[in-house]
Amino acid sequence: MDNRRLTGLLFCLPWFIGFGVFMLYPMLAALYYSLSDYSVLLPPVFIGLDNYLELASDGIFWKSLSNTLVYAIGAVSLSMLTSLTLALLLNSRVRGMAFYRTVFFLPSLMPVVASSILWMWMYTGDGGIINTFLETVGITGPAWLADPAFAKPALILMAVWGAGHAMVILLAGLQDIPEHLYEAALLDGANWWHRMVHVTLPMITPVIYFNLIMGIIGSFQVFTQAFIMTGSTGDPERATLFYVLRLYNVAFQDLRMGYACAMAWLLFMMILGLTLVMHKFSTRWVHYERS
Amino acid sequence: MIRYTHLKPHKTLSLLFALSMITLFVGCDATVDETGPRRIVYWEKWSGFESEAAERAVSAFNEKERGKAEDKTGYRPIEVKYVSVARIEQKLLVAIAGSNPPDVAGAYTLMLYPYIDKGAVLDLTLMLENAGITRDHYIPAIWDLGEYHGRMWALPTTPATTALHWNKRLFSEAGLDPETPPSTIEELDALAEKLTKWEVTGPDGQVEIRWGYCPEIPDENKRLIQVGFLPSEPNWWSHGWGHYFGGTLMDTSGEVTSLSPENIRAYEWVASFSRKLGVKNVQRFTSGFGNFSSPQNAFMSGKIAMEIQGVWMYNFIDKYAPGMQWGAAPFPHPGENPEYRRTVSVDSDLIMIPKGSAHPEEAFEFIRFLSSQEGMEMLCLGHRKFSPLKQVSEEFNAMHPHPYIGIFRELAFSPNGFTSSKTGIWNEYRREMGTAVSRIQNLNNTPEQALRIVQERISGAEARNRRMIARRESMR
Repeated sequence: MDNRRLTGLLFCLPWFIGFGVFMLYPMLAALYYSLSDYSVLLPPVFIGLDNYLELASDGIFWKSLSNTLVYAIGAVSLSMLTSLTLALLLNSRVRGMAFYRTVFFLPSLMPVVASSILWMWMYTGDGGIINTFLETVGITGPAWLADPAFAKPALILMAVWGAGHAMVILLAGLQDIPEHLYEAALLDGANWWHRMVHVTLPMITPVIYFNLIMGIIGSFQVFTQAFIMTGSTGDPERATLFYVLRLYNVAFQDLRMGYACAMAWLLFMMILGLTLVMHKFSTRWVHYERS
Repeated sequence: MIRYTHLKPHKTLSLLFALSMITLFVGCDATVDETGPRRIVYWEKWSGFESEAAERAVSAFNEKERGKAEDKTGYRPIEVKYVSVARIEQKLLVAIAGSNPPDVAGAYTLMLYPYIDKGAVLDLTLMLENAGITRDHYIPAIWDLGEYHGRMWALPTTPATTALHWNKRLFSEAGLDPETPPSTIEELDALAEKLTKWEVTGPDGQVEIRWGYCPEIPDENKRLIQVGFLPSEPNWWSHGWGHYFGGTLMDTSGEVTSLSPENIRAYEWVASFSRKLGVKNVQRFTSGFGNFSSPQNAFMSGKIAMEIQGVWMYNFIDKYAPGMQWGAAPFPHPGENPEYRRTVSVDSDLIMIPKGSAHPEEAFEFIRFLSSQEGMEMLCLGHRKFSPLKQVSEEFNAMHPHPYIGIFRELAFSPNGFTSSKTGIWNEYRREMGTAVSRIQNLNNTPEQALRIVQERISGAEARNRRMIARRESMR
């Protein structure tokens, strides 16, 4: 092996070590544990597919999965819509735009723990800012986080708070659209809506696609907000018991790490599967400038 | 100036690798001093003044050991290093799994039995026998918390019982005798109604205060501002209401008994508050409660007139509502069942030796000191709790600041005391009960429907746990 190759490999080595020790090994170990009765405190005992078979008949597992799917659909669509609207607004030429962009990005910099506590206050049934506002327009608001019908929508609504990151990426995408395309569209007599549908949106589909994938991955892993705002049991009545919350309970409260590893692998496969499906269909609606 | 040629990349990286390895091994200092003190590590979950009390007890023990070394040549004193650890249940789990646990650790009853099932706790039975520490020295119900499958695994440190706490000022405002708490559930129900207060908006927009449950006023015209009693506040023992009506969650043979008639009766009573007050009204009212550990606490801020609380509540009242007039009494029993008098939740913080402790004998010496009358009183006085020992010094009683400590201690002797169910799946059981009670309180399930789900799920979980234990046993 020549010196240059060795040097290259040595420079890659820290990454290989990091990936091997902190990613590959834990993933493979988790795969083995998922086929075992493993409590962390005792060595694993191989039990084949028992954990996976038990998952199939575990009502709480299915409840947590359906909660997560509802959350993912709601939170991703809402946050995509918000970030796109904000990005479009913040792409206009208005005086002091840098200030507005900073203001709209700021909430997403707030740690989840702090924003969760803030939203808990906002969602207070009596005297919370949201219900106080609703009262001024004659609506008696619910006890958002205590009512099983409203707890999940309340957490979905909160996803808007983190739309800043997607907004910045979309904004970059919007600014990358060549001006001549709009000029050509104007010459063809395109109005605002036509320019939006036939120029702006197609040109930023790669960015929308990226945000969609990242949003789905993130929302499948939702944990912190629910853990802080509605507790580890997913109150009320398991309405906010999300997949990772259930996984946490099983792993660290019940000490059933083998079962939790089976859940983790299933989650990984689901996210991977969903990403591959989206990737396959992306050729139909994602337009890359070079292609 | 360093020239690039001097920095061969692979040499630099090799050097960095070597340095990191050296740092790693230097970090894992395995040298043992055979002449100095025998050092052991004690992890405890307490913080604040509770932690300070534990530190005082540790200092007293270390002081004693140093004294022994001075008196006896060649004696190597034990030196306890105290470490306050938040979320101990998780950190201990990782430490035990990594074969590097502390020598001695504080524990909750919640975590003890699952840990024992998984072989993570040292059996203390023989050591206790040799040291002459027996059940006779302790309040029996509290000693029993450390017992599992006929063996002793942990000793109690600071115990706790629960009682009905009531706000005397709110009693006076409602025209009730502030010195007479309810003694039966029926009396509690009647007082709860009299202590409930609404803000009612009339047709002309005028706001007035009304007492009682006010079923004749539509929900949109009234807002709860004070409640006499709510079984969901605090909801820490929502799984335990059955005990007050003669029920249990598990019988002595380990069978799940959540669907017993006694439990159904108890949760009918729990649901009755939702019917009388209105589910949405309760949800809106309770969602405005502040943190437990704050002046906005529902009981201390006067939003709830009566609630079930533990012996620790005094510490919080003393800190956040020092001028509050309050009382504590045994929780009421159903009028027609005087045999359920003085039903009480008995619990305790525990101390144990994790499996893999490097110094189990030294660790036990420390436990022995802590469980002596001197150690126990030092710790319990600092925590403002009662001692788990039968023998209590006069100084302890005289110096104790809790005005109702005698009631809490007496309750610990009650034959109707109940503890967490001793099963490795207790966490699962508690969560399942929590969800069931939530359904019952929201009137989305009848108690029978909700408890039937618990019965089925937890019976299955218990069977699974037994299979797990049997599989492990058969492999030994």
